[in-house]
Amino acid sequence: MSKFQINRRGLIKSGAAIGAGLALPTIFTSSARAYLNEPKGATVTLGFNVPQTGPYADEGLDELRAQELAVQHLNGEGDGGMLNTFSSKMLKGNGILGKKVQFVSGDTQTKSDAARAAAKSMIEKDGAVMINGGSSSGVAVAVQGLCQEAGVIFMAGLTHSNDTTGKDKKRNGFRHFFNAYMSGEALAPVLAKAYGADRRAYHLTADYTWGWTQQESIAAATEKLGWETVNNVLTPLAATDFSSYIAPVLNSGADVLILNHYGGNMVNSLTNAVQFGLRDKMVNGKQFEIIVPLYSELMAAGAGANVRGVYGSMNWNWQLQDEGSKAFVKSFGEKYGRPPSNSAHTCYVQTLLYADACERAGTFDPCGVVAALEGFEFDGMGNGPTLYRADDHQCFKDVLVMKGTDNPTNEYDTLEIVEVTPRAQVEYAPDHPMFAGGDLGQCNSGA
Amino acid sequence: MDAIILQVLNGLDKGSAYAMIALGLTLIFGTLGVVNFAHGALFMLGSFCAVTLQRILSLSYTVEDPTQKDFLGNPLKVDMPYIVSWFGDATGNAILDWSVPLAILFAIPVMLLIGYVMERGLIKHFYKRPHADQILVTFGLAIVIQEIVKYFYGANPIPTPAPDMFRGSVDFGVMIGFAQNEIIYPYWRLVYFLFSAVIIGSVFAFLRFTTFGMVVRAGMADRETVGLLGINIDKRFTIMFGIAAAVAGLAGVMYAPINSPNYHMGMDFLVLSFVVVVVGGMGSLPGAVLAGFLLGILESFASMNEVKSVLPGIDQIIIYLVAIIILLTRPRGLMGRKGVMEE
Amino acid sequence: MLGLSKKDRNLLILVILLTLATPILLQPFPEGSALAQFNAGYPDLMQRFAIYGIFAIGFNILFGLTGYLSFGHAAFLGVGSYSVVWMYKLLSYNVLPGLILAVIMSALFALLIGFISLRRSGIYFSILTLAFAQMSFNLAYSVLTPLTNGETGLQVYTNDPQVLMSAGSPSSPHFFGIVMNESAKIDVGGWQFTFSNGYYFCAIIAILVFYLSLRIFRSPFGIMLRAIKTNQTRMSYTGLNSRPYTLAAFVISGMYAGLAGGLLASMDPLAGAERMQWTASGEVVLMTILGGAGTLMGPVLGAGFIKYFENIFSKINDNILHTWFSALPDGLEDAIVFMLHPFIGKGWNLTLGLLFMMVVIFLPGGLIEGGTRIWNLVTGKNKKRGVPGKAKEHHPTPTPHVN
Repeated sequence: MSKFQINRRGLIKSGAAIGAGLALPTIFTSSARAYLNEPKGATVTLGFNVPQTGPYADEGLDELRAQELAVQHLNGEGDGGMLNTFSSKMLKGNGILGKKVQFVSGDTQTKSDAARAAAKSMIEKDGAVMINGGSSSGVAVAVQGLCQEAGVIFMAGLTHSNDTTGKDKKRNGFRHFFNAYMSGEALAPVLAKAYGADRRAYHLTADYTWGWTQQESIAAATEKLGWETVNNVLTPLAATDFSSYIAPVLNSGADVLILNHYGGNMVNSLTNAVQFGLRDKMVNGKQFEIIVPLYSELMAAGAGANVRGVYGSMNWNWQLQDEGSKAFVKSFGEKYGRPPSNSAHTCYVQTLLYADACERAGTFDPCGVVAALEGFEFDGMGNGPTLYRADDHQCFKDVLVMKGTDNPTNEYDTLEIVEVTPRAQVEYAPDHPMFAGGDLGQCNSGA
Repeated sequence: MDAIILQVLNGLDKGSAYAMIALGLTLIFGTLGVVNFAHGALFMLGSFCAVTLQRILSLSYTVEDPTQKDFLGNPLKVDMPYIVSWFGDATGNAILDWSVPLAILFAIPVMLLIGYVMERGLIKHFYKRPHADQILVTFGLAIVIQEIVKYFYGANPIPTPAPDMFRGSVDFGVMIGFAQNEIIYPYWRLVYFLFSAVIIGSVFAFLRFTTFGMVVRAGMADRETVGLLGINIDKRFTIMFGIAAAVAGLAGVMYAPINSPNYHMGMDFLVLSFVVVVVGGMGSLPGAVLAGFLLGILESFASMNEVKSVLPGIDQIIIYLVAIIILLTRPRGLMGRKGVMEE
Repeated sequence: MLGLSKKDRNLLILVILLTLATPILLQPFPEGSALAQFNAGYPDLMQRFAIYGIFAIGFNILFGLTGYLSFGHAAFLGVGSYSVVWMYKLLSYNVLPGLILAVIMSALFALLIGFISLRRSGIYFSILTLAFAQMSFNLAYSVLTPLTNGETGLQVYTNDPQVLMSAGSPSSPHFFGIVMNESAKIDVGGWQFTFSNGYYFCAIIAILVFYLSLRIFRSPFGIMLRAIKTNQTRMSYTGLNSRPYTLAAFVISGMYAGLAGGLLASMDPLAGAERMQWTASGEVVLMTILGGAGTLMGPVLGAGFIKYFENIFSKINDNILHTWFSALPDGLEDAIVFMLHPFIGKGWNLTLGLLFMMVVIFLPGGLIEGGTRIWNLVTGKNKKRGVPGKAKEHHPTPTPHVN
């Protein structure tokens, strides 16, 4: 277990390491703490770690907006948003445990190294008790590991790889976002209904861990319903032009193209595929179709008209009509003049969930918070009744199957909800083979 | 066989983007002796010329439509582009639809101006400085340019579709005796290839057949002597910088429908285009074009399933591998001259 | 003493003092004050200063002395990091075996890459090194995932063998029991100073390798390298084969990079593939030139400069700006925040880019030249004399670009 706080042994060793005769001052005012970064004053600091530069900067900006909004609501400013609809009524708008909430922000750059440096700086320099945000699985896994070692809570932002709550799960880390397995299970039945059960699928997969788990999940789910996987081609992450991967698709006998890409990769591969006119072709006597398993509003906006009629899945969407979603969309929209994205929603909800867990535990101690979040059932946050499963710290809730809007009426109307897949359909056992090999370990409070 | 023809087509298309960027890069290097790390940023600016024109053309006034609701439940505001209301539905929408090709006209003066300002304002002061300083200052400039673009346009890709006419693809296979759907190729990419051929051809013709071009070529070969003849070679080189910027910009404009422009696309192309220039041989214009097409085609071949199944991951490294092999067998790239950038 | 001239000895002593006092020097503002945002004296950033300082010192041995501009040094950084994490996975969290392996592995890689790349010079050399590094990055991110854990980064799992781990041994990186992420916090008045084991571990290694580079700079070997930079043709006319010398310099600087990479993983037990990307190679080039290529201290300054901006400026957001200027009238406050907004937080790249340009335009010798100029201004010395041993070194003579 790692230690950040002062103790006698560490001090003597530091002294030995300094060696060069630097006199050790004897003025100690840091009193012993029960856990790392225990808030002593009238405020508590949360760390928001989002991509602010690089290709996902806009996604990060939206997450940061939502996090700021969450802090306002926790401090009793604004209209309270989801505090009014959340099933747990512990949060009163007076901060967390009576302490006013402050936040610091960092830039992940969507690189695991930079993300860890930013998170460390918030923990070591600013005394953050919780880190929230991020827009890729690599970053989420890296920062989750760091928070476990340091002894703070990590509330993951957008991370969709099975590994985050599978082989890389950690006791101090929690994921509200859905995962690749859930995408597959939710999408497959809708696809089978829309396109028939005897389709032949060609996969293009981003050649890194998220891409692989995504491909594995959707292939397994569609094959269960009778689809055949013709080929799976891995594409380099750095690829910008996918023409040479798309050109052979038509000739392969496949009649469905599944793009296991995200972000810029997905925007480009979908644009390229539509350019090739794939969706106007008939193969095996069927209309050729394209599927994008993981959607986000920003990607849909980037791909423009190319998403029309293309199926995918999402964690949440602003068009949902439950009370929680409506309240959140209203306060976000009034503040920023645009609807929130699904990663913004996740970051907002995660911040509230953390605050609520602290209230229920009566402490900011990570071990107390972990105990309060494990097995926590809640509602009113936009996804229906939700469970934070204790076995792997994955949230279980309804999943949305989306389709590109055919006739958008405004610039935010890019995707429409096709089906809200009930939670029961996407649940799986904690020891499911796609999630095997991990170990939560013990909670670490940094003491 | 059909797969190979298909990948040659793909390669020509990729290669034309590489070739155009590399051509400008090597032109700047050959004339001014400057290593321009901001050249990728110029390509990106070209793409954003297309985005900007699209935005200007679709400038709109809003009409409230009480029959529909927006996401907060207020009456929906419907955008009405000025163009459409001025020219009527048919003409107005056609102009909007053709915004990318129209952006060529917009981009030429803009890019020439940007190139001119860049050369006079910054690059000029770096002729006598070491290459390392040139690299650093132009790299700094590239960061500044892309951050400014990010500030105004955001980090998300912006869809810039080609005119409707060029949607879909042509079935090449049928024309040359293959079955249907075996060799298809998008219209817009064919347009891009032809466009690049025209641009590259005109640059060569300009250098070859005009007095201006002749002087520039003479200046590239021996700057001092040309200067001694009483010719203001600096001024001509400045104009060449503008032209190089315009070539990169035009490559960017027409590339916008292929991949939605985003602010960091310049950096994505920067490293590749440098590899292309060096493989072609520093300072050699035909070398840059040849290397561009060669690497484009090899990259396409490497992404074929048949190749990937034998050598997994080969498409990730092919360009670099080829660069290493060429540089080891041909010391100055394909067509480089001795003594250039070897110190 | 230590085989150094008096000037060099003074420089070394100065470096030692500065390095050891870093936790105090970088914490100039009291906790809780508005300017505390600019404090950089927390362990992670100080460690990065020292580590990237080592990286840049090593890079400078190649670039500053021989003039060979490598665009692929990040590959060695990555190799070093992966070696250390693999040693954690196989043996235990003691950093020593890993660091030794990191230096050996990076030396082997450097020998291979250097042997091939040094057959060419100038930009052809740069592109060859770039090509090797990019191949390493692309493969590490995808095909080599079993070895590197790809996107996620290599890390230690509970089911790893760790054969040397006993019940009592620390479960995070340590050097024979000195745990890297332990630190002592000392409050003096309003100031809080953090003395971290990890930082001092890096700092001591940094001082050692700085001393080594000082010796290399002053040795006959160093002079030989500088002769190669000045005129390689003339060197070969004297019947001397320069390649073994440049290869030695390349391998030494590769080992420095491997050591730096190993230390990164010693402070934080994770190795990400991004460390090998061309942007990381470019970063060390920027650090070296920005600080002053060919000078001893320049690269370290450059490293500090870039890492400071990356870590401190990216964290300033609008809220912080508002608290700074909250004393001003509302309209003015908003106006100032609006003006500064593009340059902070997500705009830190813009600030960095502008500063790059300014430094290169106005200080051709890098930050060191700026320091020299200020020093001369203060002491009223003639500009020509400058700080010991710097004036000639940092300017590679401009060579004709086109013949």
